[in-house]
Amino acid sequence: MRRSWKAIAAVALTGALAISGCGGGDDGGGDSSQVEVFSWWTGPGEADGLKAMQEQFEKQNPGTKFVNAAIAGGSGTQAQAVLASRLQNRKPPDSFQGHAGAELLDYIKAGQIEPLDSFYEENNLKAAYPQQLLEQITYQGKIYSVPVNIHRSNVLWYNPGILKDAGLSGPPTSIADFITALKAVKDKTGKVPLSLGAQWTADHLLENVLLGDLGTDAYNALWKPGADWSTPAVTKALTDFAEIMKYTTAEAASTDWQGASKAVVDGKAAFNIMGDWAYGYFVNPAPNGLGKKLDTDFKYAPSPGTDGTYMWLSDSFTLPKNAPHRGGALAWLKVASSKEGQDLFNPKKGSIPARKDADKSLYKDYLEYAFNEWNKPGVKLAGSFWHGVYANKKWHTDIDTAVGLFLQNKDVAKLQQALVGAAKNNAQ
Amino acid sequence: MSRRWKPGRSRRWLPGLLLVSPSILAIGLFVYGLIFWNTRVAVSGRHDEVTPYGFDKGKNFVDLWDDPSWPPAVRHALLFTLVFVGGALLLGAFLAFLMEKGVKAEAGFRAVYLFPMAISFIASGVVWRWLMNPAPPERAVGLNQLFGKAGLDALANDWWQNPRWGMAAMALPAIWQMSGYVMALYLAGFRSVPEELREAARVDGASEWKVYRYVVFPQLRPVTLSALIILGHISLKVFDLIMAIAGKQIITYVPAIATYVEVFDSHDPANGATIATYLLLAVALLVIPYLVWSVRAERR
Repeated sequence: MRRSWKAIAAVALTGALAISGCGGGDDGGGDSSQVEVFSWWTGPGEADGLKAMQEQFEKQNPGTKFVNAAIAGGSGTQAQAVLASRLQNRKPPDSFQGHAGAELLDYIKAGQIEPLDSFYEENNLKAAYPQQLLEQITYQGKIYSVPVNIHRSNVLWYNPGILKDAGLSGPPTSIADFITALKAVKDKTGKVPLSLGAQWTADHLLENVLLGDLGTDAYNALWKPGADWSTPAVTKALTDFAEIMKYTTAEAASTDWQGASKAVVDGKAAFNIMGDWAYGYFVNPAPNGLGKKLDTDFKYAPSPGTDGTYMWLSDSFTLPKNAPHRGGALAWLKVASSKEGQDLFNPKKGSIPARKDADKSLYKDYLEYAFNEWNKPGVKLAGSFWHGVYANKKWHTDIDTAVGLFLQNKDVAKLQQALVGAAKNNAQ
Repeated sequence: MSRRWKPGRSRRWLPGLLLVSPSILAIGLFVYGLIFWNTRVAVSGRHDEVTPYGFDKGKNFVDLWDDPSWPPAVRHALLFTLVFVGGALLLGAFLAFLMEKGVKAEAGFRAVYLFPMAISFIASGVVWRWLMNPAPPERAVGLNQLFGKAGLDALANDWWQNPRWGMAAMALPAIWQMSGYVMALYLAGFRSVPEELREAARVDGASEWKVYRYVVFPQLRPVTLSALIILGHISLKVFDLIMAIAGKQIITYVPAIATYVEVFDSHDPANGATIATYLLLAVALLVIPYLVWSVRAERR
């Protein structure tokens, strides 16, 4: 009996969902009674940053109810699955978080998000964001997202004590130096030369080696339509990648990036290449961070061969088509793109604002360095493929598969062939 | 339902039908309807979210074998199934055999062996991920560290990170978790063998081994078969255990993980549905013969 009641309830619920799903046809107009903001910012730091922006939003829009639809889960894997089903059922949130760039392409092509060019015009944002950034997130002449922050993915974290023991005067500045340094650490200290985590951290390492070996322009060109991945220059970079992998840990697949980065500040490994979210993890007090000290426990440098280039990724917000509260969504995007909003959010999240006019005094230690690098005249920008800037989801998965297979067969030729194929199938 | 008054024909079957119809409807919709829809997507060309569905004559089922991540996924699933099903059956039968001989505090042992089944694969996976850390003993945690401390360095190994046999190690937590359940099944099986039969054999001069070999074990065939089916389909569907231990890495790729990656990471519904169909077929290969067999057994 209970079973059939459950079944009836299930059927009724499906019916209700189907009806409400079909009923979303009216085009929201400018409804600003509330705004549902979807993100995966539930962790320490990021949740605080979101809350600070929420307070700013509520101050500016007293009539709009803010609904925080954040879904927990590392780097948004759960959240993106939920989001995909909501978008397909035409029940989008009013605004959702995504990595700026090609990662949004699937949503754009499916017609699930709106271009925001007029929003950029109205709020004079084209002058506020760096020109190169706007170019790199433009798809067929249109911009579909509002970047809130910038993370740097080409950072080399190192343990100064181990480097000294290995007889190294400083961090390596080219890929060739890097390989020499890894060898020195291995021969002279017996510590782990380069700590690595699960498969995706090898993808992250790969983008850094490609950028370091090829240079910014050639790296950026790899992601354009018709790009040639079969060149000797790419072969050289992949060979270096294979060489570098020899100095990593056997147990890599058992840890995620936290475990790998922690090995550096704990004095077990000399180097780790990871995005700058590792910084917050290092210096924040326990239990959310490790409470370590910059300069004594760890130091940072641009990843080898990438000085002067900022390999960026950015969390951004979008305007879904048929957002139920379009007015609320636009008001939210306005806060997220404003100087005040970004300056409230970023110091807490441990990232820097994408805008050029942000308040420099709020960013200390590493963040001050990152801020200066980002805003340095003549800085070159490269998009992080692993973190969604240059590769759409399918390309991203194809590269991940190629790297995963490479980790087992260590066959550089096969890796390159797979990467050539992935580019051919997916470049746009 | 007692029917002392002579009911009309429809009165006899109508209430029963009304009672079960919601379940029939729900199962029809949510199980068979979705199987149909899944198959529909699998034979379509919908490799992203905008292409119209169309019909590609089962091209996906062939193309999938060209996907470099698919053959390893199949190999992993087979290796895992072999080790897990074999291991859990043997260990479960062995435990049941020991208990059957009559130990003190049998209920306590039974509970201890059954406990792991109450834990979700996700939770035990987190622990086993730590236990099976493949670092060399000097910086290892878990089992390799234990081996190092006990002077058994030779036993330290790379567990599930071995590209060839790693999936066999991945089956260890699953064996640990399910063998208690198999034990319970076998124990019930052992207990259902009438004592008289054994006595008769003993009177005929059979040794204790022969009693088991010729009297007890043959009676356990139905138990073995149901255990095989249960373990087999759990094994083919394994997802959470691997997600907890390794996440989505090629080195431990299995079809269920591949489905997830295709649908949610790569945004490729057609490929995801194709893999799901293959999974369904594999499970059906196990379950259908079992259903046929049990229907026949009931008729007999």
